[in-house]
Amino acid sequence: MAAVMPAPSHSRLLLSGNEAVARAVWESGCKVAAAYPGTPSTEMLEVLSTYPDLYTEWSVNEKVSLEVAIGAAFAGSRSFCCMKHVGMNVASDALMTLTLTGVVGGLVIAIADDVGLSSSQNEQDSRYWGRFAHIPVFEPSDSQEAYAMTKAAYDFSEKFQVPVILRMTTRINHVKALVTVGERAAHASAGFKKEPARWVMTPAGAGKRIPMMFERDKTLRAEAEISPLNLIDNGKDKRVGFVASGPAWMHVRESFPDAPVLKLGFSCPVPLEKIRAFAATVEKLVVVEEVEPLVENELKAAGIVCLGKEILPRQGELAPNVLKPAIAKLLGEPVPELPTAPAQVFPRPPTMCVACPHLGVYYTLAQIKNLTISGDIGCYTLGAGHPWNALDTTISMGASMGIALGLDKGRGESDQDKRILAVIGDSTFLHMGMQGLLDIVYNGGNVTVLLLDNRAVGMTGGQSNPGTGRDIHGQEAPRVDFAKLVESLGVKKERIHVVDPYVLPKLFKTIRDEIKIPEVSVIITDQPCVLVDDYKKQKPYTVIDEKCTGCGNCVDVGCPAIHVTRREKVVKPSGKEVELQFVRIETSACTGCNLCVQPCAPEAIVHADLTQPMRLVRH
Amino acid sequence: MNDVTNILVVGIGGQGVMTATEILAEAAIALGHDAKKTEVAGMAQRGGVVSSHLRFGKKVLSPQIMAGTADLLVGFEAAEAMRWCHYLKPGGLVLMNTARLVPPVVDLGLYDYPDDPLAAIKSRGYQVHAFDAMAIALELGDVRLGNTVMLGAMADHLPFPAEVLLESILKRFSARKPHMVEINRQAFEAGRAADAQASHGEAATH
Repeated sequence: MAAVMPAPSHSRLLLSGNEAVARAVWESGCKVAAAYPGTPSTEMLEVLSTYPDLYTEWSVNEKVSLEVAIGAAFAGSRSFCCMKHVGMNVASDALMTLTLTGVVGGLVIAIADDVGLSSSQNEQDSRYWGRFAHIPVFEPSDSQEAYAMTKAAYDFSEKFQVPVILRMTTRINHVKALVTVGERAAHASAGFKKEPARWVMTPAGAGKRIPMMFERDKTLRAEAEISPLNLIDNGKDKRVGFVASGPAWMHVRESFPDAPVLKLGFSCPVPLEKIRAFAATVEKLVVVEEVEPLVENELKAAGIVCLGKEILPRQGELAPNVLKPAIAKLLGEPVPELPTAPAQVFPRPPTMCVACPHLGVYYTLAQIKNLTISGDIGCYTLGAGHPWNALDTTISMGASMGIALGLDKGRGESDQDKRILAVIGDSTFLHMGMQGLLDIVYNGGNVTVLLLDNRAVGMTGGQSNPGTGRDIHGQEAPRVDFAKLVESLGVKKERIHVVDPYVLPKLFKTIRDEIKIPEVSVIITDQPCVLVDDYKKQKPYTVIDEKCTGCGNCVDVGCPAIHVTRREKVVKPSGKEVELQFVRIETSACTGCNLCVQPCAPEAIVHADLTQPMRLVRH
Repeated sequence: MNDVTNILVVGIGGQGVMTATEILAEAAIALGHDAKKTEVAGMAQRGGVVSSHLRFGKKVLSPQIMAGTADLLVGFEAAEAMRWCHYLKPGGLVLMNTARLVPPVVDLGLYDYPDDPLAAIKSRGYQVHAFDAMAIALELGDVRLGNTVMLGAMADHLPFPAEVLLESILKRFSARKPHMVEINRQAFEAGRAADAQASHGEAATH
């Protein structure tokens, strides 16, 4: 985490989009900021938590984080909430009524769209929420703009008493660029004023607020028409003019330096008349927006002739390598050929860490036949990969529970003997999984739940949650007792087991026994993520070459510190041909978890003699 | 946009690719350049591919380097240097760590590691300065010095003096880990020497 605090005002700093937003939120006098971690949004709150004079929290999920921010805004304080794109799916229940109440203190909601799917289960366009909820959307294109638009969004939010969405993408959140920062200005809280007609959204109350929302739409559109965030750059090559937003605007400017470009910084509501006038100055108008054709469709509906997704992809980033060939084709010019990658390089998918406590779990699951495994979101989603292939579904946060129950209740004839197992991590369980488990218990599901408690939100970098016993600042906080929690949800005490995922025989026996029992069981693993402070390294291992028989059992653990040095095909007495895999352990990476030692029959894996110099890494 | 320098640094998660690029960016900024740095690093902490784009110059718009336009490619791992070599401009220079980091999919026998990444890159007409940065780092006592070795190797291929880059590295360490300053200075010089030596080898083969 970068310590941007307390860089003095007017400093010029190399900041990621996330760090720039955090700085701007702090400078704007924000009092309350809440979020649930999610790539690529995580660092906004992580960095904010290092600033003084504001309250920050990791919330249990995005909906709660937005509700916390709403409460603070009702109290007249400036507040902030951020999330990855899928987070707003969870939080939207609150958002869709928030639009009727509006706010008193400024409320900025930063949503990070993972355009290009660097670390997400889908690709979504969060600009839809602006249309759906009738609230404004600002779209920065780099760190400096993210900083400036966040500050502008607070003023706008308060002036029009409406929350503002700051739509970001991975290509802003994680790009570092220069930002000139300013000073923090304190913002006095107006205090909460009782006003049931506004704050209590009953059917009657809400019905009266809806016309206000439609009136506000007109005001917002008029504001977009005159907003300095919507800029025209008059290029001299009038053959194609562009309407572009977000990082795609940077890519357009880079690719077509002489083209006229209308930059949409305040993109919802769309400033139709400004664009109509701009369209009249160019021969062809092309809308460049990531991901969905939202602006494009609205222009077409308003009778403004334009091109968009007919010539540009609806998936992924609209970088120069995409834009240049598309526009050349449109103009009938020779299409530039880009050099291509050497085809023969292997893929390098993300792996679980050396000694990860999940390795033992997936090694075990891969040994058990006749399982359908409902998975969830976190590092353990990697269990779907090699060598384990031990995860059959992933949909959304906490979904492993409901999906497992549905797999159980919806069994076909061929699935009658299948055992249904759900795998979920501690933070995901608290985020949205425990309601699903309650549903399984209440409705008599036959599901074995593996709750992998590694005391961290691992995939996003080891953040705290109510299961870790620490708050966002690393200070001691109340810690959920998972065994007691699931018991209170109705899981029978004898069906709850806490096991050490590094002790394979016990883990195997517990899972095998519980899947046979036709009722809900919960098996909790209790060892920490290897990337958090709780993890203690042990003495590393090495392989005695002469003893290794090439059985490959240790390779099936899937630890990245185990490497195959030699393969040999042999014919067994049964006539079956098998491939032996002789191994070595990268001792400098090994932390002695002992998982590979347990399935090694010839006892070829022993503690490394660290008195000898470590040999170089060679394959 | 011809005044923009494009440097692509590639490797795998955990090697310090992103930190090295950031130090490089700080050096460029110290000289008054505009700069943008961006990564394609899907779940990089988990041993995946990391490619870090650095663009600096008078004014930088798009943070992404287009294929065929990088002025310099720095490969922290042999196969990764090969994977990204088409990002270089024709005839461009690759600084390549010859150390091989084999991923589980190769150990599992699902894919092969390329026989000779160096030859594959050269066959496309690029210049290559190859050296074993990992061995150099281990000789200095810590595999984590690898990224400083790589930065040292870059030092004589930048549009600014090597001392500016060294300054930027040492500044970072003196703030966070003062006891590591001297060993990083050595790692930097060792990388610089390794590149010079590899450069002679390259010249001899031409």
